[in-house]
Amino acid sequence: MKAPRFEYIRPERLEAATIFLAEHGGEAKVIAGGQSLVPMLAFRLVAPRFLVDIGNIAELKGITTDASGIRLGALTRWRDIERNEQLRRAHPLLAEAIKYVAHYQIRNRGTVGGSLAQADPAAEMPGIAVTCEAEIVVMARDGQRTIPARDFFVGALTTTLRSDEIIAEVRLPPWRPGRRWAFTEFARRRGDFALAGIALFYDTEDGRAINVHAGAIGVADRPVRLPAVEVAINGQPVTEPVIRSAGAAASASVNPADDIHAPGDYRRSLLGVLTERALASAAGLTLKESA
Amino acid sequence: MSGSQKVRFKVNGKACEAAVEPRTTLADCLRHDLKLTGTHVGCEHGVCGACTIIADGAAVRSCLIFAVQADGIEITTVEGLSDGDTLSPLQAAFRKHHAIQCGFCTAGILTTAHMLLTEEPDADAERIREVLSGNICRCTGYVQIVEAVLDARASYKTNSKAAQ
Repeated sequence: MKAPRFEYIRPERLEAATIFLAEHGGEAKVIAGGQSLVPMLAFRLVAPRFLVDIGNIAELKGITTDASGIRLGALTRWRDIERNEQLRRAHPLLAEAIKYVAHYQIRNRGTVGGSLAQADPAAEMPGIAVTCEAEIVVMARDGQRTIPARDFFVGALTTTLRSDEIIAEVRLPPWRPGRRWAFTEFARRRGDFALAGIALFYDTEDGRAINVHAGAIGVADRPVRLPAVEVAINGQPVTEPVIRSAGAAASASVNPADDIHAPGDYRRSLLGVLTERALASAAGLTLKESA
Repeated sequence: MSGSQKVRFKVNGKACEAAVEPRTTLADCLRHDLKLTGTHVGCEHGVCGACTIIADGAAVRSCLIFAVQADGIEITTVEGLSDGDTLSPLQAAFRKHHAIQCGFCTAGILTTAHMLLTEEPDADAERIREVLSGNICRCTGYVQIVEAVLDARASYKTNSKAAQ
């Protein structure tokens, strides 16, 4: 379908955009890559009076990596991450997860900020943000807020972003050398939203896993941490029995709803399998396929 | 402001101008205002890939861009791939392998594959299949399409600046 009528504004500066939103935020939508918002307009799920195109705002662009971590400007496109060699070393988990985002043409245009604002429960970037304890920096006319990812996502397609705010960047904590990690997900067609997915990493000390972080997408109304998996692994050598118990813990700790894509029980079971595969990959083990 | 706005961009090397409503997609602008009907519109919500064009050197879905957002960019549509009636090597490979059934998805697949091979002339069959997962061919003729793209790789290696 065609989008409903709207007025189009393209500010060149962040300040101009926030001033406009301070006045009209309630009847405006911010557009960057448009890869989620344009379909929603086409379906007429949203009908804003104003569309504020932030695509030209230079302050929202750029990727930086240093000792304090990684900063991705809101306008960072998936292809920018995909082609950034430095980022592949500086945050291999992020680089791997982004490979799963949507299809080629969408990766050429979709943005980090857009994915965070859209807050699809099965999207990779929100899952990485929650798993890695990222912070999301948002700007308004009257100042900025830094919101921990765990507080940012509050439900399906729902965040704590106010209508007068714009996401400026996401900050990921620094990545420790030697860290073990994995990302995997399952979708019925490559590039489609996952039925379930898992991101995890841990450091090692005397052959045991420490600082375990695990998070899942597609199994709740928002990306979630998996404390049961973290508890099952923390302080343990990552062996096959430990991996099996972590997989069982993952399944038991989520309660996905039934929907047209899959029954809840399917997603629950899938998360267990993906958890086992991810841990095996992180630990460099090959598991026997369970019957 | 919700009336007409003027947009200017370069399409297939030619400066173009159109007056569009902000809600007009770039796909509709190309087809209706510029009469470039080679770009096909399938799903109108970014799933089928039929409307894929090349915008500033990247394959993108023209149904997910409003024409007003495209002001000032450089666009290549399927019409810009060939040299008049002379098929590009990629198009010739599609013909040779009969990588076409109904033809509806073809424009989007050609533009996508053209950019892929321009950027990655060594793409293997797996990579080609991954990239083409964003283009729905409901005749399901993917086998020949992949064969044609594989066959066309040679022309991008010797002439890496092809039609771009």
